[in-house]
Amino acid sequence: MKRETVNITIDGRLLEVEQGTTVLQAGRQFGIHIPTMCFMEHLTPYGGCRICVVEITNNGSKPFVDTACTYEVKEGLVVQTQTPRIIRARKMLAELLVASAPNVKIAQDIAARMGLLKVRFPMEDNRCVLCGLCIRMCYEQMDGRALGFAGRGMDRKVSMPFEVRPDTCRLCRGCDFVCPGVVVPCHGVKDPGEFCGKCVRLEEIPNCCEFGTFGCFCEHNPL
Amino acid sequence: MRKVKSLKDLEKWREDILLKQKRHEMIISVCGGTGCQAYDCQSVKDAFQKELIKKKKLKEKVALKVTGCPGFCERGPLVTILPQNIFYQKVKPEDVSEIISKTIQNGKKVERLLFEDSGAKQKLTSANEIPFYRSQMRVLLSRNDLIDPTHIEDYLAVGGYQSLTKALFKMEPTAIIEEIKTSGLRGRGGAGYPTGKKWEDCKKAPGSPKYVICNCDEGDPGAFMDRALMEGNPHSVLEGMLIGAYAIGASQGYIYVRHEYPLAHKNAEIAVQQARKAGLLGKDILGSGFNFDVEISKGGGAFVCGESTALIASIEGRVGEPRSKQIHTVQQGLWGKPTNLNNVETWANVPLIIEKGSKWFSSIGTEKSKGTKIFSLVGKVKNTGLVEVPMGITLQKIIFDIGGGQQNGKKIKAVQTGGPSGGCIPASLFHLPVDFDSLTQAGSMMGSGGMIVMDEGTCMVDVAKYFVHFLQEESCGKCLPCREGLKRMGEILDNITEGKGDGESLALLEDLSEVVADTSLCGLGKTAPNPVLSALRYFRSEFEAHIHQKRCPAGVCTPLIQYSITKKCTGCGACAKICPTQAIEGKKKQIHHILAELCSKCGSCKDVCKAEAVMIQ
Repeated sequence: MKRETVNITIDGRLLEVEQGTTVLQAGRQFGIHIPTMCFMEHLTPYGGCRICVVEITNNGSKPFVDTACTYEVKEGLVVQTQTPRIIRARKMLAELLVASAPNVKIAQDIAARMGLLKVRFPMEDNRCVLCGLCIRMCYEQMDGRALGFAGRGMDRKVSMPFEVRPDTCRLCRGCDFVCPGVVVPCHGVKDPGEFCGKCVRLEEIPNCCEFGTFGCFCEHNPL
Repeated sequence: MRKVKSLKDLEKWREDILLKQKRHEMIISVCGGTGCQAYDCQSVKDAFQKELIKKKKLKEKVALKVTGCPGFCERGPLVTILPQNIFYQKVKPEDVSEIISKTIQNGKKVERLLFEDSGAKQKLTSANEIPFYRSQMRVLLSRNDLIDPTHIEDYLAVGGYQSLTKALFKMEPTAIIEEIKTSGLRGRGGAGYPTGKKWEDCKKAPGSPKYVICNCDEGDPGAFMDRALMEGNPHSVLEGMLIGAYAIGASQGYIYVRHEYPLAHKNAEIAVQQARKAGLLGKDILGSGFNFDVEISKGGGAFVCGESTALIASIEGRVGEPRSKQIHTVQQGLWGKPTNLNNVETWANVPLIIEKGSKWFSSIGTEKSKGTKIFSLVGKVKNTGLVEVPMGITLQKIIFDIGGGQQNGKKIKAVQTGGPSGGCIPASLFHLPVDFDSLTQAGSMMGSGGMIVMDEGTCMVDVAKYFVHFLQEESCGKCLPCREGLKRMGEILDNITEGKGDGESLALLEDLSEVVADTSLCGLGKTAPNPVLSALRYFRSEFEAHIHQKRCPAGVCTPLIQYSITKKCTGCGACAKICPTQAIEGKKKQIHHILAELCSKCGSCKDVCKAEAVMIQ
């Protein structure tokens, strides 16, 4: 069986990719780096973190910015991943991210990768970056349906229904596994306007109660 | 109510209604819109009813109607006497017996209830003479004061559902779409997408069943156009939806009304029920073989649910969050089926186009924006209310001719159009025509039609801050730039208004605004920085005054202002009495002083001072 393919251009390279793939997948197949945060293979693309934005021209249209993880390839698509507009946008997004959750490893990683040297916003200390990976993992892969977003805007948080662990949660720790925020905080910086960008992943998990980790949602270990 | 099964039935019904209405020599129409209800039009109506019951002879000759909003909300409660067309404003229950005895029985006018033109010092009898109405072109709103929205008979009497019969029996679905296309009607929700093209795309999209949705989730601060239409003339919206559904091939429609519009919800519900009973909704409508029904869906009142994909999610029972719009809703919308979503005003335009033809419609307006548009004119102008004007009219005309210009001696400096997604247009650009394209070029947008006029007493930094905080609260929080970016923009603007801004604040604010506009997921985030960017573009000096000189030129931002009493003070002591913090000292008939450390800067002293001795620095 012959697979249907389309021709697209990413950063000037002519590529033949399978129909139905996204720009991000196409780029990764050919070794073109597009940074992501809320994306994970085998989970539905969410398009929430916007770190993977690229500039797209669809058959001669005006270039517009969209997320690579949600945009499906079409014949004749021209994608630019490294224009000044994109770099500026990603840098600003990384700055927003690291200012909100400086002690989450992925935020520091993205900021370091973007070459960010200074954060101009007052630092907060959130543990959750609201990437929604745990929710999709629970729903799509583990069929748990135990997690979801609650609240709107700034009050948005990941929560179990009415903050009670439902029976559908089998404590599989899938959420824990995919969470970019469960790595032990590096304790390196907490002063506003500063961050190190040098974290390494620590393989230990904080102990608080019998389940040991993020999955328990107890008061010692909130999200 | 009758059940009509054919075209003949409907025409017979219409004739009977007209015959019945001929018995009435006079009609007293009391506005029952939300604005007038706040002025207690209910007791005015009750008073009329009581008087009419007392005078039995009159009761047969005179009809009393509670109608939709005629637009001049500021002067409510409004009462119009037809057919003489006498327009009474600010009517109180006490005035009712006088109106009955003078106007209804003897044909004389009650002079003190007429509108007075402040310039010409002249009493004006009919609504058309009033400057507020004179420059308007009322097409959609023209029938609002003739119709009781809870009676389908009233709508039929003014020729309602005629366009539907024309569409059903004399036109092919493709011909209807062609007609809408040539009329040049563009979506009234704000983006201005050509309606005919949308319908065509939806008709061509594979999949069945197809859906049509009416978006009545108007949430902009200071906007109430859709609300007035839905409250005052819900059948015109229903008729538009019926025609649209027939053209597209849909069999199910939804009206999405926000929770904050109880009257609109109620009237829409009544209209749907009556239309269903009359056989204008349901199976085999008028014997044409066309099936269509409408369901009303009540929103929880989230601003983001005005966005099409979030609205659809909300109807489906999911959380009202937008999704990436790469696949349009006309392809995959409600329950994954082709869905055509239009604004209330767009739907209400449809019967008029079918009735009067696309030529008539395209003769109104500018080259690229056709027809009329309803605006809700509010803010610092003399006359506020609903205004319907042809596209292409200048802002100058709306604000000064219809709105009556400045309110209390302060010069008008800007107008905010398009709500939180729009921007501020300075007085120097008031010559701009109001249409989709020229306002977008000026850094604002027409939006769904809110128009807030601001004068010198309005601080533009404060306005930008207000809108950013509004959107920050209404953002769904799904995407990072909108959730975090708006929060940071709010923080920066807070700092500026508190005098804590520094040299870098503006550069950072601009940088951040552009990135938020570029990268956000949905229309809310993409347009959210507009109020800030347009304020920065036209009123940069005000931002700089806040940052460098630590002063607020309009005297609004409390941390940056000081109240003081000048030598004009007569020593009356009124300010000392009203001051909530006892911050004003002074002996009788001597100049008073404000103790800066106690002053809470509420401004009560300035309001109460007759000698205009209280100054803001």
